[in-house]
Parts: sequence; C-alpha cells; structure tokens
Amino acid sequence: MHGGFKNGCEMRIKERSLEGVKVIEYASLVAGPYCTKLLADLGAQVIKIERPEIGDEARRRGPFPNDIPHPERSGLFLYVNTNKLGITLAPETSAGKEIFLALVEWADVLVEDRPPGVMAELGLSYDVLKLANPRLIMTSITPFGQTGPYRDYKAHSLTISHGAGAGFLTPVDASEEELGPVKGGGLFDRYSNGLSAAAATLVALYAREMTGEGQHIDVSEQESSIAYDRVEISMFPTEGFISRRVRPFGGTVPLPCQDGHALIAIGEERHWKALVELMGNPEWTKDERFKDEESRFKHAMELHPFMSQWTGAFFKEDLYRKLASAGIPAGVVRSQGELIERDEQLKARGFFVDIEHPEAGRLAYPSASYWLSETPWRVERPAPTLGQHNDEVYCGLLGYSGDDVVKLKEARVI
Amino acid sequence: MNTGGLRGVRVLDFTQVWAGPYCSMLLALNGAEVIKVESERRPDRTRFFSVTLATTYKGKDESQLYNNLNLNKLDITLNLSHPQGVELAKDIAKVCDVVVENFRPGVMDRLGLDYEALRQVRPDIVYLSSSSRGSTGPEWNYAGYAPTFAALSGLSHLTGHRDGTPSLMSGRTDLLVGTSAFLAIMAALIYRSRTGKGQYIDLSSSEAISVLIGDTFMDYAMNGREQTRNGNRDPSMAPHNCYRCQGEDKWISIAVASEEEWQSFCNAINNPEWTKDARFADAFSRKANEDELDRLISEWALNHTHYEAMELLQGAGVAAMPTFSSEELFDNPHLRERRVYTEIDHPVIGKQTLVGEPWKLSATPAAVTRHAPLFGEHNQYVFGKLLGMPTARLEQLQKEHIIY
Repeated sequence: MHGGFKNGCEMRIKERSLEGVKVIEYASLVAGPYCTKLLADLGAQVIKIERPEIGDEARRRGPFPNDIPHPERSGLFLYVNTNKLGITLAPETSAGKEIFLALVEWADVLVEDRPPGVMAELGLSYDVLKLANPRLIMTSITPFGQTGPYRDYKAHSLTISHGAGAGFLTPVDASEEELGPVKGGGLFDRYSNGLSAAAATLVALYAREMTGEGQHIDVSEQESSIAYDRVEISMFPTEGFISRRVRPFGGTVPLPCQDGHALIAIGEERHWKALVELMGNPEWTKDERFKDEESRFKHAMELHPFMSQWTGAFFKEDLYRKLASAGIPAGVVRSQGELIERDEQLKARGFFVDIEHPEAGRLAYPSASYWLSETPWRVERPAPTLGQHNDEVYCGLLGYSGDDVVKLKEARVI
Repeated sequence: MNTGGLRGVRVLDFTQVWAGPYCSMLLALNGAEVIKVESERRPDRTRFFSVTLATTYKGKDESQLYNNLNLNKLDITLNLSHPQGVELAKDIAKVCDVVVENFRPGVMDRLGLDYEALRQVRPDIVYLSSSSRGSTGPEWNYAGYAPTFAALSGLSHLTGHRDGTPSLMSGRTDLLVGTSAFLAIMAALIYRSRTGKGQYIDLSSSEAISVLIGDTFMDYAMNGREQTRNGNRDPSMAPHNCYRCQGEDKWISIAVASEEEWQSFCNAINNPEWTKDARFADAFSRKANEDELDRLISEWALNHTHYEAMELLQGAGVAAMPTFSSEELFDNPHLRERRVYTEIDHPVIGKQTLVGEPWKLSATPAAVTRHAPLFGEHNQYVFGKLLGMPTARLEQLQKEHIIY
C-alpha cells in the first residue's frame, strides 16, 4: 500500500475528495487564491473572479520568464491558480452585482479578501448573500479580521508578518542579532494564512454535511500567523518569558559545511549518544555543560563552535547521509535548484510535476503536501488566462446568450 | 460544551512532540473526541522537556508546552510493545473515524497497527501518517524535526539576512505541518461522508513546507534563478523593510507598493527635503537607490516609538506595523477586542492564558473547552465506558503493565 499513488498506473481516474463542491473566489495575490487553490487541488470546482481587463494583481508580480512582465506568465499567478476556472466580472456595476448573486446562489463556498466593509458597500455582505443562499459558506480573509481597532489598517505581506510577531522570532543565528528581525522567506507567511483559511473552510463544509447550514468565517491573517507561533507567543502569559530571535535551540541551528549548511536536530538522548560516537568521542563532549539536553540547550552558544568545527570538514550532502545512516535526525539546507534537480527523494515521490500552459509553456510546479490514497492529487488544468472561461461560465452555467456576453463585455461588466 | 463542527468525530491519536499533536488538537478544538495514546514506556516528550524554554519538567503533568499542544484531548496509557496492548488499540480503532500517527515510517507496520491492519477492523477509517520525508522514496525512514523540515524544504535557504546564515523559522514549521495534515484529514472526512470510503494519507513534512514557497520554484523553472535570503526586502517594492525605532529592540516594518502610497508616506513623515530627490522620484529609482532610501528612513524611524510610527503612517494609509513581541501582542487592544487569548484552568499548573483558535467560524466556532489531559486521565472512560471493559479486568491489565 505504500506504492506511488501519484505516479502509479491507475486503472481509472480516481475521484477527488471535494468533487462536486462549488467555489467562487473573489480575491487576489496570495492568501485568498492559495486558499482556493488548495480547494481546487482537492477537486472542488473553483471559479476565480478577476477584474475585467486588469486581472489579479499577482499577474503583475513576478517571477516572469526572462524577467519580462506578461500578465499570463507570472510564476506566482500560475502556481496559485492551477486547477481553477477564470472569469472576469465587475461586481460594482449593477449587472455585475446580479451576476455575482447568481454565482453565489450556485456556489457552496465564497472566498473573498476585500477590506472589511467593502462587500457590504457593494450590497454583497454575508447577511445579504445568505438570503440568496442559506447554505453558503463565506470565507473572508483580511490582514486583521472583520472587527477591532486595526480592521481598516493597510497591510502588505511584510507588515502582516511583523505585526503578528513572526519577525520578532527570526532569524535564529545569534551573530546576526544586531541586524534586526526578518520575515519568513518569500511569501511563505501569506501561503500559510491561505492554508489556515482552507482548513477553516473545510471544517465549515464538513459541519454543513451534518447541519445543512452555511456560515461566515472570519480569517484574520494576523491571528492565523499568531496561532502558528502559539507555543512561543503563549509563553509570555504563561511563563512571563518573551521569546526572541536568539533562543536556546541547542545544536539546532544551521551548521557550516564546506559547501553550505547542514542541520543536526537532537531530539532524544540516544540521538546525542549516536552523534558523539559518530564524531569519534571527542574530549569536549564529556564537558559538564553538554551532559544532558537541558544543559546543551542552556549552553547552546558554547556548543555551537565545537559542532561547527566538526561539520565544517564535510560537504553538506555527505554529512547528511552520514548522520541519517546513523539514525540521527538531520537535514541539509537546499536551494530551489537543488530541490528540483537533485533531490532524489522528491524525484522518487514525483513532487514536481510538469504543467503545460498556453502562454507560459511547460514548467515544473510543486504538487501537493499530501498523498491521498483514494482521492489523489492531479492537475486538471493550468491556471486560467484572463477571462478564459467567460463563455463556459456565463453561457454554459448561468444561461446567458452569446449576444448577452458581447453586451456585458462592451459594458465592461465582464 | 464544544460548539465545533467536528462533533461526533472520534480520533485515535498516536502522535507525539509538536506537529502531530497540533494536527489532532485542531481536530479536538473543532469538537472531535481525540483519544491520545501514551504509555509509561513512551510518554510524549513534551511532558518532560520544552525546547523553547530549555526547561525540564519533573512530573508528567507539569508541562505548559504539553498543555499548549494537547488541549481538549483525552489521554490513555497503553503499552503497544505488548500484543494485548495492540489488540486493545485495535478495539479502540474500531469505534474511531480517524487515526493519526507520526512514528518513523515502518514503526506502525511493525506494531501491526498500520493502515491495512486497522482497515480490517474499521473499513472506512481515515488514517494519516505524518513523517519527515513521506513513507516512500529513498529517504522514507529518515528521522527529522521542525528544523530539518525547514532546511530540506527550501525555506531556510530563503529566510534570513542578505549574505547571512540560512535561518530556521520558529515552531511554526511544525504547526504548519500539523495544519497541512489537518487539511488532508478534513478533505478525507468530507469524501467519506459522501461515499462511505476511508483512505490512507501520507504526509511528508518537508513537502508540506515546500508548497508554501511555490513561486520561488517557478522562478527556478522559468529562469534557472535561485532566489535567496534578502532580509525584509521585496523584489520590486521600496521602501520595504524593518527600521529600528526608539527603545530596546523596537522596530517598525514599512511597505510601500504604489505611487499613491509613496506620496502618503512622504506626507506622513512631513515631506523632508530628500523625498523630493530625483533618486526617489519613481518606483524604479527608489528600488535602485534602496540602500540610501533605507538609511534615510532609518533616521526618521529612530526619532519615533514603533507605536507612534504605526499610528502616523496608518493614519495616512501606509502599510506599517511594529515588529510585535509576544508581550506586546498580549497587551494589544486589537487582539484583546478580538479575544485572541483564552484562559483555561489546569489542575496541576493552574490558570493558563493561551493563544486560542486560529480562525473564527460564526456557526460552529472552535473553542478551548478543557486543559490537556493528565497522563492516563481517561483510561476509565475509554476502556470502561467506550469499550465496556469491567473494572476488575481494567485493574488486571494495569497490573500486567498493558494499560500502563
């Protein structure tokens, strides 16, 4: 049963777990679209709404092939919108609002990321929408939530990470303390909040199977991020301890090698014993300061140079194999290229999957974080070009005529 | 009374440490009945040691860390190295909907508690295994913890100061893995409610983190470029950084995306002469002269507290937030009004104020309803009530170190 679910020769195309679930996305950039990407990957039919002619802001953010901006070739957009249908719609027009309501009647889930109050101004608040569809699950994702003194605060990825306390905990290298706090790499924090929103949406979908009722979900990115750091952040009220970027992580910081960094994560005493043996029982390991886990963590700063001296002699991948073979929890800092080109584990598991897109061509995309045996992940379609599915949705789904679609286009409703 | 959406779901939880227990805690916060399996032979390590505090706990029920990651759960002690212990685990699985485990791959097979075995007793079981690198492939049995997941996922390569050491993230690496596992379980539960079919879920922790930096892989696929550590900077926006303010280790993060925001920013800081400089006249120039721009903004920031800076800039519509510490988050009026923290009484360690649920559902809100279980606290309930075991038999098994 541990066969390759993703690569195995399937006799038939398997169902996916959220098949039949209908989702409207009215969101841009990362958190909202990543939330619905997760739902689309799981089999939901996701219709993404973009602004006519302009589209999702992610289309104007890179990476682009050869760094030449092109709205259909943004790597960010392509990745977070795989498996979705795309339409253009301006809900602020009166015809657009009618169409939006018709889509909401059709849908099980609406995911939106407008600033608090904007949906109400459009006449599309949850209270209005639930009259149109009492079974609707509406997931609202905002930087600081729908209520509270910061609800209208302006935010970008950077300020959400710092405002949630994540920056205060990073980076962990003591020698860089004076350089100040940093955010998580890339757009990591925004994806993380999209994951929270998707998880919450699935709870509501499951609950609806039981109760038949929809509900409104208020996802504050700040709170989602705080929850991921609940251990560190709760230590203030429980212990009066303020967790900072320089913390007692013992030997668990990246250690220098000839060609990069490796990680040794001692979790249990037997791991430490195995490591000491692997290092050839050097004299310093008998030091009082390193006698048990608590002492090693307390004297992390003193332990670090000894460990670094040993690791520094190795190439990182050699050290990783050596440690892993001895049963010691270990890692190695790998770059994107190393992960795509040379990570044998990811290759064996088929983690990167080639997807063909009409404008961007064939590229390797990351797939999913899970293997579901009965409902495996698969690529149904690449990210939509702007308005690609207008005819399919407006004529096929909502019953407008081709003529109507032309008129709606002329009126810049779609 | 739990109001969560997963009332009626029962979970058998073999997980330990951080990531796995957080997954099953999300199930429990949302109303599932989670039965955690420990034993004298293998108590959860977080009962004894907190890596974040470098603190050892003497007793089994004194750990605020264990409490933090095991809220709302029930706990039994069951010796799985004994065949009768394994049989009892199967008896419990029979009345469960979900099984979660994060042993090293292979261990559950060896114990006879793998998916195939439990499917025999409960055909529609949803069974999730969470491991460092997944249960297949050449590294299937490698051990790891959050720091190794961050390194092997590509995240560490991206996180940190420019030209600095690759950085780990905090415990969030584990909690993200736990949330990814929770997402997969929820999808499988929804599928099961529609079709009656269970399934096996294999989750690789490093893959669960890699998907969260997806666009950087796209850059490599498109351009062969390996994005790397660049502090708080952005590929196109400037200013986009964290600036030191008045006070000890106080910082304000500022991000300016558009021309309009730049104008608002200049107005908010009172339009000093340098803002009219040609070097900062448009977004392209600001990015090209970012070092100088950051130096000038730093001078401004040092004359303000981070709260002042936030209010001044937010008042003008500029994205700016302090780098909040856990102390500042706890005292924060916004988070107070939104009731982000919750209080729970623990019989041994007393009143605990903790971060509550990560999101707010209007009809079926998640909630903290009880402290993390004491070691073996629910043996009587699970074996006696749920399995209908007579008290004499329970006592006998305790004596034989099977319920132990």
